[in-house]
Amino acid sequence: MASSIADALTTERAALKDTGGVMDGSVAVGVKPSTPRSPADVRPERVRSRDVDAFPVPTGREEEWRFTPLDRVQPLLDGAPSDAHLTVDSELPAGVELVEVAAGELDVPLPIDRLAALALARSGSALVVRVPKALELDAPVVLRLSGEGTGEVVWGHVVLDIAEQSRATVVLEHTGSARYAACVSVLVGDGAALQLVQVQDWAGDTVHVAHVASRLGRDAKLLSTQVSLGGDLVRITESVDFAGPGGDVELRGVSFADGGQHLEHRLLVDHSAPHCRSRVTYKSALQGDQAHTVWIGDVLIRAAAEGTDTYELNRNLLLTPEARADSVPNLEIETGEIAGAGHASATGRFDDEQLFYLMARGIPADDARRMVVRGFFAEVIESIGVPALEQRLMATIEDELGRAFA
Amino acid sequence: MSVLEIHDLHVSIEADGAPKEILTGVDLTIRAGETHAIMGPNGSGKSTLAYAVAGHPRYTVTSGTVTLDGADVLTMTVDERARAGLFLAMQYPVEVPGVSVSNFLRSAATAMRAEAPKLRLWVKEQKAAMVRLEMDPAFAERSVNEGFSGGEKKRHEILQLELLQPKIAILDETDSGLDVDALRVVSEGVNRVREGGETGVVLITHYTRILKYIKPDAVHVFVKGRIAESGGAELADELEAHGYAKYGESEAGDAAGRPALPTGPVLPGVLAPS
Repeated sequence: MASSIADALTTERAALKDTGGVMDGSVAVGVKPSTPRSPADVRPERVRSRDVDAFPVPTGREEEWRFTPLDRVQPLLDGAPSDAHLTVDSELPAGVELVEVAAGELDVPLPIDRLAALALARSGSALVVRVPKALELDAPVVLRLSGEGTGEVVWGHVVLDIAEQSRATVVLEHTGSARYAACVSVLVGDGAALQLVQVQDWAGDTVHVAHVASRLGRDAKLLSTQVSLGGDLVRITESVDFAGPGGDVELRGVSFADGGQHLEHRLLVDHSAPHCRSRVTYKSALQGDQAHTVWIGDVLIRAAAEGTDTYELNRNLLLTPEARADSVPNLEIETGEIAGAGHASATGRFDDEQLFYLMARGIPADDARRMVVRGFFAEVIESIGVPALEQRLMATIEDELGRAFA
Repeated sequence: MSVLEIHDLHVSIEADGAPKEILTGVDLTIRAGETHAIMGPNGSGKSTLAYAVAGHPRYTVTSGTVTLDGADVLTMTVDERARAGLFLAMQYPVEVPGVSVSNFLRSAATAMRAEAPKLRLWVKEQKAAMVRLEMDPAFAERSVNEGFSGGEKKRHEILQLELLQPKIAILDETDSGLDVDALRVVSEGVNRVREGGETGVVLITHYTRILKYIKPDAVHVFVKGRIAESGGAELADELEAHGYAKYGESEAGDAAGRPALPTGPVLPGVLAPS
């Protein structure tokens, strides 16, 4: 253990150099720095389309697919039509509508990859939550989607239509077993504010691939929190488009990957309108053999997006040495007229100095570790603002920790 | 009455892949109610003594014994040592993001007292201790040591000392980096604990400044990893006047002119002088 601290610190210094100098007191060690791109590796123009065949069948060599174990998503990529559904349970505050709408009638952000296009094409209809204009909700809208087995692929489309000047919190929970590919279209109208909390608390056999595609109107606000805890493989791609100036988006996420789990979060914030702000904070903890998290943070600032203010942060905490966290921040800037742009990424082993400090006050090692990991996640979880959900998520994280330190 | 006995303690660290001996045979006995000052030049091993007794994993005890009331401290884990009654006020307290001071203090008190203190009583107790140390109540909701000034960190260490009431407290350069006001507040905190008569205090310091506020019963001069001379409070005055030259030490390094070795635990971005 003695030498591991020294090693850790040496690695930390290297890591800090590699990631542009994040220095805020927490120890970042064991870093696999984000894979540097060679000029030949620059991403081709991003395709957005409803047409499945606009996206080639993935081989695993593509930038979008290179971290994803394709064998585990193959049943989805096969694209066979299916009528299977998840069970839907909902809590709807007064004034909020939940309706099923036939496919094709909705103007939603376009799919970002082949699976998203397949989900849109195969889902047939969409489950639409409508918060009407200027309605301010004081209770959350809750949608609970649960799966009953991994036999048939489920294609899904959920639409959150938050009309102008309204204010809502939507909790989208996923539990049970499924092979589920989905589009979640998030439409935040002019001057509206949405807090979205999406929870992946699946059983261990679930494969879940989704494109959460948000479009913010003028002066709209979105605070999105993705919580990925359960499932065999979860791959969430979150894209944000700005339909007008003044948009403000915060994308937060926590993942806790156990042995064998693959939890992947890919973000694309497309700043195409002026004076918009984006903040990204994603944290993951990993434990066990073959535990794998992937975080891709793409931020695009287009020529028209003057006055953009963006910052993204990814933190990964390796609780056991054999876990693996990939972290790739990527900022493309096409205008010099911005307010600020930056990113930080650090992947570290457990901090022995924190552990020593807590233990030197009599706190047993396991309790001390729990306190540190809870603290690591607390920043994101405690900002959700739905106390019952915060408590439940922390309890689930406690369970995971219980397994970690058992 | 509690007693900490350190006998012929040898401690090594790993440096450049090879063990390097820092403590070369320390003998020291501290009883509850006594205050001992350990003074010495940079690199003499003062902090190493503190961290080795507390059980920091960076330090390997190669021989010697440490007992608290007869119990073998060296076989205890870090938390067991703390619960047995040892306390280390650190020179560079560690930041623990996301863990609030109040949560941390209550967890520590729960561990030390073997049961959770009753919430209402505890809140009062914590608040009163914070008032005595002239700390803003809002402090309790901040993350442990995160963004604290040097003075705030040291007050927070002494706050823990007052709340946890150890049998033996080792204060590692608690005076370093404090302005006169903070030094007074911190010293008053230490003196309150001393007045209880149940706690033995080891003050590790480079300067005599803090000894104007906290009167030691004994002063030990620490040189090259062991105690070179022991005496009463007057020994501190002598050191103030003449420095460590008579022990073959200059301020900057050891007798051979080598630079002082950092022997404290290495914290992020900080090389801890001993």
